[in-house]
Amino acid sequence: MLSKIVRTVANQLILFILIFGLYVIAHGHLTPGGGFQGGAVIVSGVVMLLVAFSSKELKKSLRERTLSIMESSGALIFIGLAFAGIGIVFFYNFLVGTPIFGRIPVTGPNPGDIWTGGVIPLMNLAVGLKVVAGLSAVVLAMALFSSGEEIEE
Amino acid sequence: MDKLLIHSPILIIAIPLVVAFLTPLIGWKSGKARNALVVASLVFIEFLVIILARDIYLNGIHVYTLGATSPDLTLPGGAMVPIRIILEVDAMSIFMGIIWATVSLTAAIYSLSHMAKETGQTRFYTLAMLMVAGCFGMIFTGDLFNLFVFLEITSISGAALIAFRTRFADSVEGGFKYIVISAVAGLIFLFGVGLLYGQYNSLNIGFLANAMQYSALDKIALTLFVISLTIKTGMVPLHMWYPDSYSVAPANITAMLVITSHACMYAVFRVCFSLYGITLGAATLGWIVVIIGLLTMFVGVTMAVFQTDVMRFMSYHAISQMGYMWLGVGVGLAVLGNPEALATYGRDAIGGGIFHILNHAMYKPLLFLTAGALFHRTATRDLNKMGGLGHNMKFTLILYIIGTLSIAGIPPLNGFASKFLIYESVYQFNPILAVVAMLVSIITLASFTKAFQSAFTGPQLPEYKDVKEVPKPMLIGMGILAAGIIFTSIFPGLVLEHIVYPATDALINQAAYVNGIMGGMP
Amino acid sequence: MMEHIPLNFPFLAAALLVGISFYILIFKRNLIKLIMGIGMLASGVNLFLVALGYRAGGNAPIYTDVPEGPMVLPVPQALTLTSIVINVAVLALMLTMVILIYRHTGNIDSKKSRILKG
Repeated sequence: MLSKIVRTVANQLILFILIFGLYVIAHGHLTPGGGFQGGAVIVSGVVMLLVAFSSKELKKSLRERTLSIMESSGALIFIGLAFAGIGIVFFYNFLVGTPIFGRIPVTGPNPGDIWTGGVIPLMNLAVGLKVVAGLSAVVLAMALFSSGEEIEE
Repeated sequence: MDKLLIHSPILIIAIPLVVAFLTPLIGWKSGKARNALVVASLVFIEFLVIILARDIYLNGIHVYTLGATSPDLTLPGGAMVPIRIILEVDAMSIFMGIIWATVSLTAAIYSLSHMAKETGQTRFYTLAMLMVAGCFGMIFTGDLFNLFVFLEITSISGAALIAFRTRFADSVEGGFKYIVISAVAGLIFLFGVGLLYGQYNSLNIGFLANAMQYSALDKIALTLFVISLTIKTGMVPLHMWYPDSYSVAPANITAMLVITSHACMYAVFRVCFSLYGITLGAATLGWIVVIIGLLTMFVGVTMAVFQTDVMRFMSYHAISQMGYMWLGVGVGLAVLGNPEALATYGRDAIGGGIFHILNHAMYKPLLFLTAGALFHRTATRDLNKMGGLGHNMKFTLILYIIGTLSIAGIPPLNGFASKFLIYESVYQFNPILAVVAMLVSIITLASFTKAFQSAFTGPQLPEYKDVKEVPKPMLIGMGILAAGIIFTSIFPGLVLEHIVYPATDALINQAAYVNGIMGGMP
Repeated sequence: MMEHIPLNFPFLAAALLVGISFYILIFKRNLIKLIMGIGMLASGVNLFLVALGYRAGGNAPIYTDVPEGPMVLPVPQALTLTSIVINVAVLALMLTMVILIYRHTGNIDSKKSRILKG
């Protein structure tokens, strides 16, 4: 556990990191980014909290059961969206043309419209959820391992 | 039923993934429901593989394009190159698929009681279903980068499963060696894929086979592919990691890992026969494969003779039997450009090698599972400490005898059929090869007899007096494989004609593979 | 100034990274250095893949507010991203196993912490 100044600043900064990470995840089909990149940004915020508070403190907030359920639901949403188009073909982009994310973008250089892309922005969100849960669990487990405890069953 | 058949290639890969991620959610509630879900999904996968196999033997290659407007639309809108990820299943792929579905079902039933006392069983079943999905993806894909991704998925989950019992120091060391070797092999493979992509601007195997010009960079790419994939099958100059990793894993995981190293061998065949094909100048590569096959056979069996750890002993024999497969297919590769030699003995040599893959995939997991049964009851793998267990464990004894007679090539059983086919065809290529192969077979029988004597026969030791037979699920699992061995021993001609020779012809016939994708374009 | 750098400079850099990583994998015994060598091999292969897609004078392959002109190939960038994700998982697994090996045997020299022989 580091000093009071570091803990206070970390508490304030985590909000900005979270917002920036969600921005990178949500605009994955328009600007560089997407599921894994945004998830990795959010996990770097979690690592900052892990360094500022010790791993024993953080273990009380990030419980293993919550992370496991978040990770499995992220993966199941992804595969569920892929199966939803199985009437035609697996992974078929069935949301093109519908009002949810279904506008057709203009060709050539354009300022970028977020409601395009079909199934892709939803899959970005599912992958981002899974990456946050998975990498946080990895980082937390390694920190606990090194300080002598184990994650309980 | 018809729609199930059309979508079955992707269902076979996607259903294990769904079950792998459902398992943590269900496992928090009840362990029995999770076990039932895993076994039921593997039975359903086996059913899908069997109906897909029947349709492929009747109607030819199945192609599945992910994300197009119809499953076999590989060239949309009159384009000249195939776009999107395409799964292509021909007779050789479904041959490996049948083997993998059966062995993973057997290993899952076996693990119901073998892993019953471990902690963290939910994670075990998640990783095992991920490995099932990864290996099916490696077998069914028609795209080089997809092969890399599924190869890495299989390797990561396999390494985590080898190191599963973290309370033993040697398990973790075996898992570490496995993941280092797999990471390096995967990265070298990716380098080769990059070389081919930079020249031809496509990743699809069928399109690359059509456009291949066999320049110097293509030869470098072929070398990188063959080296990286054969490291993972345990070929001899680079085999030191294989016994270390396969001897410390839980026994049902080792049974599944043997089939994943067969799948890496399948990937070498796919690259050599379907991607490079007749333009290969195949005599040199064929001779190199033959020499390495001989070396593998010989080194494997001589290192196995003096081992005292029973699973390590069987891993060295697995290395040695892979040498037979390399020998058979290497002879076929060396005469690929020579049509009359191919018709007289080349096709039989490749057929013998592929039949040996089928037989090895039945008796080797059976032998590993019996070694696991010995470990389950006596908590040791050291042959010097065991003795006289045949008095208590009668069913395990019979299954071990079936496995031994099969691996040594004794006449009624199926090992003899495939080894005889290899001897006969390889002798016409060069007589010395057949002589070395027979010598290796004799040494195999000798070493298995020694292991049998030290584990099962002899007076009953006092510390093993109340050792009982292993629980029912383990016996059922081993019984499925033994039933397969006995069926193949009684009807070898039937298996050869309906399963093995279609696979051989699918490998030799590169034009049919390309036509599945390019759809009859010149 | 751009014409004084030879056009295949990224490929030379990728070859140098792969060569150094093979030297590390063969000759170094410390397990953490082995893991760093594998990370360097991954960096070399990823650099090779991205450099394959470059077209002279091209812009980034993103349609949002892009200037006029040719674009570089986007497919190798997708391949590289997949490769980076896989290598993150592999490196995390290897580091965890090194922590466990240190806990069991007390040192991370590969000659001294070796149990399986023969």
